[in-house]
Amino acid sequence: MGRQLTISCFRYNPNIPGDKPRMQDYKLEEYEGMTLFVALNDIREKLDPTLMFDFVCRAAICGSCAMLINGRPRLACKTMTRTLPSRFTVMPLPVFKLIGDLSVDTGTWFRDLQVRAEAWIHTNKKFDFNALEVRMDNKIAEDIYDPEQCIECGCCVANCITANIRPDFIGSTGINRLYRFLIDPRDERTDAEYYEVIGNEDGTFGCVGLMACDDMCPKEIPLQENLAYVRRKMAAAGLKLTFQGVKIS
Amino acid sequence: MSAKNTHISDVLVIGAGLAAERSAIECASAGLNVIILSLVPPRRSHSTAAQGGMQASLGNIAMGKGDNPEIHFADTVKGSDWGCDQEVAKLFCETVPSMIRQLDFWGVPWNRVTAGKKKYASGIETEDTKDKEGLITARDFGGVAKWRCCYTSDGTGHTVQFVVDTQVCKLGIPVHDRMEAIALIHDGETCYGCVARDLRNGELNVYLAKSTIIGTGGAGRIYAASTNAVINEGTGGAIALATGVVPLGNMEAIQFHPTGMPPVYILMTEGARGDGGYLLDKNMHRFMPDYEPKKKELASRDVVSRRMVQHIRAGYGVTSKYSTQQHLWLDIRHLGRQWVWKNLREIATIATNFNGIDPAKELVPVIPTQHYTMGGIRTNKDGAAYGLKGLFAMGEAACWDLHGFNRLGGNSLAETVTAGYICGKQVAKYTLGATQNFNMKMVEGFVKKEEERIKNLISGKNGRENVYEIRDAMGTAMMDHVHIFRTGKSLEQGVAKLQELYRRSLKIGLRSSGQGANPELAQALRMPGMVRTALCVAYGALTRTESRGSHFREDYPKRDDVNWLKRTLAYWKEGADLPTLDYEPVACPILPPGDRGYGEASAGPKGK
Repeated sequence: MGRQLTISCFRYNPNIPGDKPRMQDYKLEEYEGMTLFVALNDIREKLDPTLMFDFVCRAAICGSCAMLINGRPRLACKTMTRTLPSRFTVMPLPVFKLIGDLSVDTGTWFRDLQVRAEAWIHTNKKFDFNALEVRMDNKIAEDIYDPEQCIECGCCVANCITANIRPDFIGSTGINRLYRFLIDPRDERTDAEYYEVIGNEDGTFGCVGLMACDDMCPKEIPLQENLAYVRRKMAAAGLKLTFQGVKIS
Repeated sequence: MSAKNTHISDVLVIGAGLAAERSAIECASAGLNVIILSLVPPRRSHSTAAQGGMQASLGNIAMGKGDNPEIHFADTVKGSDWGCDQEVAKLFCETVPSMIRQLDFWGVPWNRVTAGKKKYASGIETEDTKDKEGLITARDFGGVAKWRCCYTSDGTGHTVQFVVDTQVCKLGIPVHDRMEAIALIHDGETCYGCVARDLRNGELNVYLAKSTIIGTGGAGRIYAASTNAVINEGTGGAIALATGVVPLGNMEAIQFHPTGMPPVYILMTEGARGDGGYLLDKNMHRFMPDYEPKKKELASRDVVSRRMVQHIRAGYGVTSKYSTQQHLWLDIRHLGRQWVWKNLREIATIATNFNGIDPAKELVPVIPTQHYTMGGIRTNKDGAAYGLKGLFAMGEAACWDLHGFNRLGGNSLAETVTAGYICGKQVAKYTLGATQNFNMKMVEGFVKKEEERIKNLISGKNGRENVYEIRDAMGTAMMDHVHIFRTGKSLEQGVAKLQELYRRSLKIGLRSSGQGANPELAQALRMPGMVRTALCVAYGALTRTESRGSHFREDYPKRDDVNWLKRTLAYWKEGADLPTLDYEPVACPILPPGDRGYGEASAGPKGK
């Protein structure tokens, strides 16, 4: 027989008039290999059909299920209950808009980020259906793949002091996203053009260096290294623009 | 309650995975006004979970030398067991190389050819020459004559979806995420859009468009165990089927992937075997060469899955703490730590996360698991659905019919963008010539019908059946009766169970209040459609008295080209509790039916 778990869940459905934020305890029996994906679905299907949360792939690939588990932002799908005490709390991620209970709107936040940061390949070339691909060193392809692995789960954002107090800060996920394009030879933007997008307090200079993002990344992307690279590049670009007499806001 | 918002566009795209987004790009690029609606944000779509790669005959790597669309075509047709539409397969194989290069142009970091002599785990030695260095490389996959599976590590779906989505962002195509289409609006001749439920607040919305594209993926979750994401409940196909005039094609053609990892059945990519991985039994014996001397672990998926189950039945399955049922082992230890954690990083992480296994030094438990829906909304080669003008379908949700009765690994991710491009162009063409003319009374009728369904579920007017019990019973019935090995007797029992479950699904009553974005209500609204879809699979399988590709009947173990070179079309008539089946011929104008070169017809069953 497994442990008796007590899962203390944050509950609040803003669509129900008069509903109030509260914690609610659910008791269930643990079994071998139980993840929070299994546990939360068990609660919904057997104990409380109103409980809201998000899962899609249940394999730590899609980034849907980040939540605060005993206070730490983690992916619920790959969190084994055996790594937790028999009583623990689950709360929605901060920073993102609450949809209900454990479900938050990461989709809108990240969409806004992509559009603001113009996070796509900028090129003046036209695609030629009949031409061969442009050659690339395999090492460069692998280097781009590393930051590209971000699944936009929001764990780093939730754990970031700046993101918690400054709503427009793009977070280390945003800076990592720009890093991915900065090192991509197919992107023709100059450093000065990147500077316009992220050379400010909402971008790379908003980070105060607490490094809480780095510890939280479920894909173990070296966020701080990538951020340092972007910051060096942007500092240099800023200086260059200053020497050229360009007014920097 | 009535519809909260009405959205009007030229093109409505239901779904935001790769097929859906790629078609949206094609329509928006033609100057059309497009709206995408999706259960989840695009970058959380199940397309992102595709690991191994995309088949395209670039022929850059030495092991792919001399490859071309004709060879890719022959592999695809053999893989399909001559069930596919050869015109579609030809068009696909010819188009996919330029699709790979366009994705590269948009930013996909495809792995590249490195020059030098190579020795692979399988013992093969080759040399990649300087003149190919830096071009897009490829890995081996099941059922192919050449190495042509282009990849980015084993996160290919992720990188492709993220890059395609950058183009959607760039074009400014609006995406309404957490919005679920629950009924198509149509008059029996033309489709006008859909009624959708907002999963943020529970409100109903109306979407009206000249063209509606369904790109909602597969229906894997009708099985209790599936590699699919939990959102793959076949909702797009179900709302098309519910019109009564749009058929689902070949639903009995369900793919079981050889390597799902128990106990959670997450996929271990075919790339693991493509890169040289073995399958072992309880005696640590590599058994696949006994059954398939030529292709070994890399026969097509239907064949490898059957051989695995056959081997387990013969008493060679493993009993372990990882699974309540017997399984086999995937062994990639000999590929070396560096290869495993670089090129198979995703699955190495999954094995570590979910079973505490480091595949560089330990074996991974695997069992054949439901993976892909070859069938779907039947369309012509332009992606136009049978039965309703203005309705289109693409990707796994569709039966365009690239895959016939068995899909080759790496052909589905390739199909998503290729069909999105080819059919998206045709949608744009159709839409530019179409006029918008809505009968608002009819639209209101569809909204009322959905409101009524919701009201009855909440009040329990039709009954108090528990939605989760019905879903679980359906999943179990599919596992017990409509799995890898099928027989007439067991299928009959399965159909009877599903019919009973279907009647019960019409009597679901909620246990909760159903207020707001209530998840129980969302499941309850889907449930009858899911059971109808399951019945299309089970009844189609019962009626098809032959074995072809993934559809294997123990009581009819041979392919029967005389009687069964045809495609199943399943319709759902109002008030029925079984689909009405119709058939259309499958033409083989280019490659006539023959021997696949692997599988039971080529090598007799043996085993040690």
